[in-house]
Amino acid sequence: MRIPCPLCGLRDRREFYYYGSDDYLHRPGEGAAPEAWDAYLHLRDNPAGVTRDLWYHETGCTSWLVVTRNTVTHEILGAELVAGEGQGKPAPKGRRKAS
Amino acid sequence: MRIPGKGLIDRTKALTFRFDGSEYSGHPGDTVASALMANGVKLVGRSFKYHRPRGVLTAGSEEPNALIEVLEDGQQTPNVRATVQEVYEGLAVQSQNRAPSLKFDLLAVNDLAAPFFGAGFYYKTFMWPRAFWERLYEPAIRRAAGLGRLSGRHDEATYEKAWAYCDLLVIGAGPTGLMAALTAARAGADVILADEGARMGGALLSDMGQIGGQGSADWAASVLTELASMPNVRLMTRTTVTGAYDDGTYGALERVGLHVAPKADLPRECFWRIVTKRAVLAAGALERPIAFQNNDRPGIMLASALRTYLNRYGVVPGQRIALFANNDSARTTARDLHAAGVRIAALIDSREGASTDEPFPVHAGAVVSDTAGRHGLTSVTVRQGSREFKVEADALGLSGGWNPTVHLTCHLNGRPVWDDAIAAFVPAENAVPGLIAAGSAKGTFSTAACLAEGAAAAAVAIEALGLKAPIADIPAAADENPATEALWHIPTKPGLWNRAWLDFANDVTTKDVKLSAQEGFRSVEHMKRYTTQGMAPDQGKNSNVAALALLADVTGRAIPETGTTTFRPPFTPVSIAAMGAGGRAAGFAPQRFLTSDQASRDRGAPMIEAGLWYRPSYFPKPGETTWKEACDREVNMVRSTVGVADVSTLGKIDIQGKDAARFLDLVYTNTFSTLPVGRTRYGLMLREDGMVLDDGTSARLAEDRFLMTTTTAAAGLVMRHLDFVQQAFCAGWDVRTISVTESWAQFAVAGPLARQLLSSYLGTEIDLPFMGVAPVRIGNVQGRLFRISFSGEEGYEIAVPTRYGEALFRDLLARAELLGGGPYGMEALNVLRIEKGFITHAEIHGRVTAFDIGMEKMVSGKKDCIGKGASQRPGLSGPEREQMVGLTPVGEGVLTSGAHLYAKGAEATRVNDQGYVTSVGWSPTLNRWLGLGFLKNGRARHGEVIRMVDGLRGHDVLCTVSDPVFHDKEGAKLRG
Repeated sequence: MRIPCPLCGLRDRREFYYYGSDDYLHRPGEGAAPEAWDAYLHLRDNPAGVTRDLWYHETGCTSWLVVTRNTVTHEILGAELVAGEGQGKPAPKGRRKAS
Repeated sequence: MRIPGKGLIDRTKALTFRFDGSEYSGHPGDTVASALMANGVKLVGRSFKYHRPRGVLTAGSEEPNALIEVLEDGQQTPNVRATVQEVYEGLAVQSQNRAPSLKFDLLAVNDLAAPFFGAGFYYKTFMWPRAFWERLYEPAIRRAAGLGRLSGRHDEATYEKAWAYCDLLVIGAGPTGLMAALTAARAGADVILADEGARMGGALLSDMGQIGGQGSADWAASVLTELASMPNVRLMTRTTVTGAYDDGTYGALERVGLHVAPKADLPRECFWRIVTKRAVLAAGALERPIAFQNNDRPGIMLASALRTYLNRYGVVPGQRIALFANNDSARTTARDLHAAGVRIAALIDSREGASTDEPFPVHAGAVVSDTAGRHGLTSVTVRQGSREFKVEADALGLSGGWNPTVHLTCHLNGRPVWDDAIAAFVPAENAVPGLIAAGSAKGTFSTAACLAEGAAAAAVAIEALGLKAPIADIPAAADENPATEALWHIPTKPGLWNRAWLDFANDVTTKDVKLSAQEGFRSVEHMKRYTTQGMAPDQGKNSNVAALALLADVTGRAIPETGTTTFRPPFTPVSIAAMGAGGRAAGFAPQRFLTSDQASRDRGAPMIEAGLWYRPSYFPKPGETTWKEACDREVNMVRSTVGVADVSTLGKIDIQGKDAARFLDLVYTNTFSTLPVGRTRYGLMLREDGMVLDDGTSARLAEDRFLMTTTTAAAGLVMRHLDFVQQAFCAGWDVRTISVTESWAQFAVAGPLARQLLSSYLGTEIDLPFMGVAPVRIGNVQGRLFRISFSGEEGYEIAVPTRYGEALFRDLLARAELLGGGPYGMEALNVLRIEKGFITHAEIHGRVTAFDIGMEKMVSGKKDCIGKGASQRPGLSGPEREQMVGLTPVGEGVLTSGAHLYAKGAEATRVNDQGYVTSVGWSPTLNRWLGLGFLKNGRARHGEVIRMVDGLRGHDVLCTVSDPVFHDKEGAKLRG
């Protein structure tokens, strides 16, 4: 498996640390209800198909990436930096998230 | 027997090797199989289950019969294929799965008992008594049914692993692969051409035809010469591509040093991971045998193998050779043999209309129905219509058609497609992204078509990479197809002992497959597991399709409907040693050494692993016989004079930027923005789920600069966490973090005389407040001094750039010793911190909250922090939680970590469990055992006597619950 790091190029997956779904980017604000925290921490989709998850280029540039890939075909569809554009954005609509 | 003038081996040199203790001679270029054949040896192995005498079936890595053990330096490498192992001077090999000898094998009695040993026999036979299975049946079966044996010693040989990258990987160097590699290489692509043979050329090395007016092998040699001269080409001989993986990654096993006598500096094998943009599968096709009664005798082999032995090795297995085929390729073998002066006893062609116009006897529309000869073939029985007759022959070549080598195209879940025209499975299109099958691997068998397809596949592949393929100049070659007419098995005659073999390696016969279907195992996956067909080292390369065809037949289905089993990596066996090269013994993981490492070892300190670090356990003094004596002395030393310990393993993270303080406020539960420059603060860090992640101190070096310290265990974890928080949640903040753990050597100087030591060493009176930090100068070296303590004594930590670490350590020790102090190790460090109730990752193990360790007040109410929201969830605080407590035994008694806690008088059962012990140590300061642990509602139970039970080590003691701080509760010593 090879991940296209936006800074380092196509690199072997052994250089990366896997964290989990990109749901982790949509952190509830201060004072959010326990249900929101429960959803943020524990409730995950398990899609057969396209998924977005977080990888850390630990032995490379130490960037956190959102990698889009297909769990059925193993195809990697893209990778973008967590820092920058996507930072701190609220959860997109339509996601199963308590508010 | 050698044929004069034939073969591509070097006849001018002779090599001596041993097989089963006897000396034989071979030539450079020989395999063990070809050299034994030259010496007239037919019997090379015993079969897996029935211990039937067996000879060589193939000339390649798919060999099911001729498995041998290679002996060297007391080592024994089992299940090596004699058809692959090259002969070198002094090579020693032996046959396997026989006792006492190959010729006289006592377990051949199994063959007489064959009617009892059908598929699934042991499921049925060894059912009861149940207890006999593990003790009696299984060991007995394992002894009887078997492959080679290991030496039982560690494999001390060297193995390697390596990576390679290219534009185009060409798998197989026969006509297709050579043409593909040449086309791509001429266009300027970076090409790797991998072939499992010792010499490239594939089937061309066995072929007497012409390509472009040259002999096939000569044409291959000329192409290889051109490829070898090109800087953009890497030729990898003896390299089997074993697996196709995601994103253009392929696994490959190179036999680096298996063809020469072992050398210390030469790895035996190298496991490659080849990353390529495109690949061409030019792996060729494997000829398949035909199942008929007694088709497994020594002397019976594939027709293509006969041709390879003749044309490549200049050797034949007999002097009267018969052939049995359902296609034309065996006819070519017969003609080659005939031309070489070998007598062809008969060509038995199952096709009715087959031509009989040959200079040797041809029986068209005939089949072989039986054979004779115990340790070697003597005759075959031919059935033609209703007539049956015997043909005397000492060797028989079989050809049941050709199976394209589709394996790699199935490794990413692709399923091969049945092609009726060639009676074989061919690769599905695009089964592996970027991999194009071509030539025989795709079911295209003629040499001319293989050359054209190889060029075309390479052109498609490199054009996708933006390279232009030159118009291929495809040399003229023979355009013959085998014209296979499906024939899988000839029914055996009635009789319990009459069997026709499908899977030679696992002794699976046509009867077994029929029995499987009869007993309801009609799915191909069930049949495989019931009969074990295809589960031997050859992974069914010689038998899968025929077994499938028979199963289709007996279940009344078509072959495509019956389906195939799954081909998985590896294509050929890969030794674990090669895949795990470098992962054995010392050095299997990186080792991190402190700057004080040598100084500590010089003092006799045994080292203990802390993650990847090696830290001194204790520093024994003359006369001390146990670690505990040293530990007790070191604890007393720190409490009474001064001790020095290397604490460089703690993680150090430099945090800079205008928003650095704001950032620490977010990652720590407590507030750092209020910390003055020149001061250090203890901080607690949570995971987002509210559990404690780590603790440590952070020093404010400047308004916009902090130095964070993490625990040794969590240094990497915290770095990753900080990067995540910063990149995910701090858009636009001016803050950057970097690990400087390796940049600084840091030493704790602790004890009542610590200040005196440092003052004299630094040449200035130290006047640093508790939790202060200041720059210091040691000669010309700029360092840092922190007043922090993990021992409860007045303590300092002094840091210098790593390259000065060892010198500083030795200086500090010399000074300490003048004051009656000295170094202390991990054992003492642990006791000192337990006496003070300081936590480590033994306590903050990932399931405890700030509340559990009594630090809930450190979670600031005035700001948000990572983990705050979740830590306030119900259930993460309150009397139901197990809270950290101190423990001391009542009277004489030993505390052990890992032990569980129960109410006094309660039975030690899971439901009564109230907590556990995390850290223990003998306190020489307080003269008793001390423990830290977690106890349900523990903080409200100080003074209560509870029961500690360690079921594993057999301890059952009463102990008193207390506050975790045992020593100097007020911190008077600490603050000095």
